[in-house]
Amino acid sequence: MLQRDYTTSQLDVLEAEAIHIMREVAAEFERPCLLFSGGKDSIVMLRIAEKAFWPAPIPFPLMHVDTGHNFDEVIEFRDRRTAELGARLIVASVQESIDQGRVVEQTGRRASRNRLQTTTLLDAIEAHEFDAVFGGARRDEEKARAKERVFSFRDDFGQWDPKNQRPELWNLYNSRIRKGEHIRVFPLSNWTELDVWDYIRREGIEIPSIYFAHTRKVFERDGMLLPDADVVQRGDDEPLFEAVVRYRTVGDMTCTGAVQSPATTVEEIIEEIAATRITERGATRADDRSSEAAMEDRKREGYF
Amino acid sequence: MDILRFATAGSVDDGKSTLIGRLLYDSKAIFEDQLEAVERTSRDRGTEYTDLSLLTDGLRAEREQGITIDVAYRYFATPRRKFIIADTPGHIQYTRNMVTGASTADLAIILIDARKGVLEQSRRHAFLASLLRVPHLVLAVNKMDLVDYSQERFEEIREEFTSFASKLNVGDLTFIPISALNGDNVVSRSENMPWYLGTSLLHHLENVHIASDRNLTDVRFPVQYVIRPQRATDHAFHDYRGYAGQVAGGVLKPGDEVMHLPSGLTTRIASIDTFDGPVEEAFSPMSVTLRFEDDLDISRGDMIARPNNQPHVAQELEAMVCWMADGIKLTPRTKLTIKHTTRTARALVRDLHYRLDVNTLHRDEEATSLGLNEIGRVSLRITQPLFVDDYSRNRMTGGFILVDEATNGTVAAGMVMDAH
Ligand SMILES: Nc1nc2c(ncn2[C@@H]2O[C@H](COP(=O)(O)OP(=O)(O)O)[C@@H](O)[C@H]2O)c(=O)[nH]1
Repeated sequence: MLQRDYTTSQLDVLEAEAIHIMREVAAEFERPCLLFSGGKDSIVMLRIAEKAFWPAPIPFPLMHVDTGHNFDEVIEFRDRRTAELGARLIVASVQESIDQGRVVEQTGRRASRNRLQTTTLLDAIEAHEFDAVFGGARRDEEKARAKERVFSFRDDFGQWDPKNQRPELWNLYNSRIRKGEHIRVFPLSNWTELDVWDYIRREGIEIPSIYFAHTRKVFERDGMLLPDADVVQRGDDEPLFEAVVRYRTVGDMTCTGAVQSPATTVEEIIEEIAATRITERGATRADDRSSEAAMEDRKREGYF
Repeated sequence: MDILRFATAGSVDDGKSTLIGRLLYDSKAIFEDQLEAVERTSRDRGTEYTDLSLLTDGLRAEREQGITIDVAYRYFATPRRKFIIADTPGHIQYTRNMVTGASTADLAIILIDARKGVLEQSRRHAFLASLLRVPHLVLAVNKMDLVDYSQERFEEIREEFTSFASKLNVGDLTFIPISALNGDNVVSRSENMPWYLGTSLLHHLENVHIASDRNLTDVRFPVQYVIRPQRATDHAFHDYRGYAGQVAGGVLKPGDEVMHLPSGLTTRIASIDTFDGPVEEAFSPMSVTLRFEDDLDISRGDMIARPNNQPHVAQELEAMVCWMADGIKLTPRTKLTIKHTTRTARALVRDLHYRLDVNTLHRDEEATSLGLNEIGRVSLRITQPLFVDDYSRNRMTGGFILVDEATNGTVAAGMVMDAH
């Protein structure tokens, strides 16, 4: 008798694991929410949520921490996708945090609202009494993340303590918390950038247009291509030029760089990534370049 | 392309970081910016060569101390496989980290310094891998360049380790002589060791057969979540009632007769649903939704099995536990929360039979408690029946965690023994 081969492909294993994590959260927490930025990782996460509960609707709201400096294409995508799913979207606004005096806007050419997001996020988690917050972070993104748990415990102040993490064994997750504490949950922990793209291709998932090559007015700063936009302050020594670019991540316009690329399809992007030799965050995120331990510091404070 | 999860263990300075750095580097999982950062740090520290071990250092505190102190996960892929490395520190004070990393590993690599041979620590690492039932073990004898690539030295180590391993439950044991620093036998076969007829480490990782390591015999489906689309706009789903979960064992097919636990009632699988449509069979680790022909009262924490092949329904458990908490100890009468598959209950430690010396495997039957990183055999009484199998038969239905009710911390990992 021919033995059937029960080998499971890497995307199927990763998907099954992520679905398991989502269902575990839905079963064990009272008020989960899913951080949805309109970026590719959160889009994949949303698709997993759709699969995990089908044919029932996703049993928790989505939340976007909006810096007010997002790309129009991404906001348009966010709203359309939410409407298609009939999901509830909560927008936590950094502008409101500034207006309320919760945070102070940075000034100068390199001003960015990136770091301010942490306060807005934590305030929103507290206001809505969320006890579990899904994030799309992956362990391959960055050194500090490599050690973070799938269920990452946050204290009353939203802080992460890398020295005091709960051991995580098998597929058993500890969801016990006290009131005021919460768990950040990372269902895509074991995915790499390439896995995410492979999955987008396999599933035929739509993503915002700025992920594909387009012509844009940009200028160069620290080896990164920043967009020409009202919210991005550009010096006279930083001339604009037109280039064919695409984005590898879609964060805040002030600190998200584009890469020069002719890739107009998911297949071409995958080919490029397979050949490329610079990490996603290193290439396009000014926020991580400030110091080698930049991400770890921000994560301790409660960042995504 | 499938996934192989492996854990690495070694004593400090055996070359574990160098080996992982090399695997990542040679498989092009390392990017220019990461490499630049490492080159910069190597220069700052006055190291002459690029220290690949720096690639795997993580948190700032660890960088300052120059050691790895937690499980860190790393990823690389070759055209054949995607790899997930659980990089765990080797020192005895990090036993819990190694146990954690091994819990999901298909394979464990234990590094040995060819000059030093099999140390107490190597034996401990092998024991932990066998306790956690990691199906494949690789003994990588490193720094062969420092013993003149000597076959004799390699054979000596192989013999010593084999005789020790015969006392353990090691499924598949492979020895590979390497030099992580120079790359000998890491990615390709080394010309420096023509006497070695086996494959390179990477080749072994790419080809070791793991699909049959999963339990495909005993049907086990812990019910995780009940799907009832209350506000479904589509009327087709008005009466839909599905039981979602991740298959923990066996192969399920529509039409199969199954038994629900704890009720003991039987029914048939009407359909195995997924978002992408119904499937003809489901096996571990698939996450699916089952529908049944009969309307049974089923909720989270219940188990689906076969009438002629059921797990043990137990309120008294015998288990090996690894205690992972700092400060608190396990003693008889300790009360804890137990999480086993999708069921959570309370557990009372009835008895501590012995504490195991993880270096000598000596059983101390006089022991009255287990502290951080200690392993022992216990009897537990559970407030509700759990549906368990021996851990040696099924890691998913044999493993559990214990949670301290005061701190909410995960304080132990447990493995069911002698289920009856
Ligand atoms: N000669 C030689 N040195 C090695 C080899 N592998 C590692 N080393 C060196 O041994 C030291 C410890 O290596 P490291 O990877 O940091 O060990 P770890 O503590 O196990 O992670 C470093 O100086 C390495 O360069 C090897 O195969 N040959």
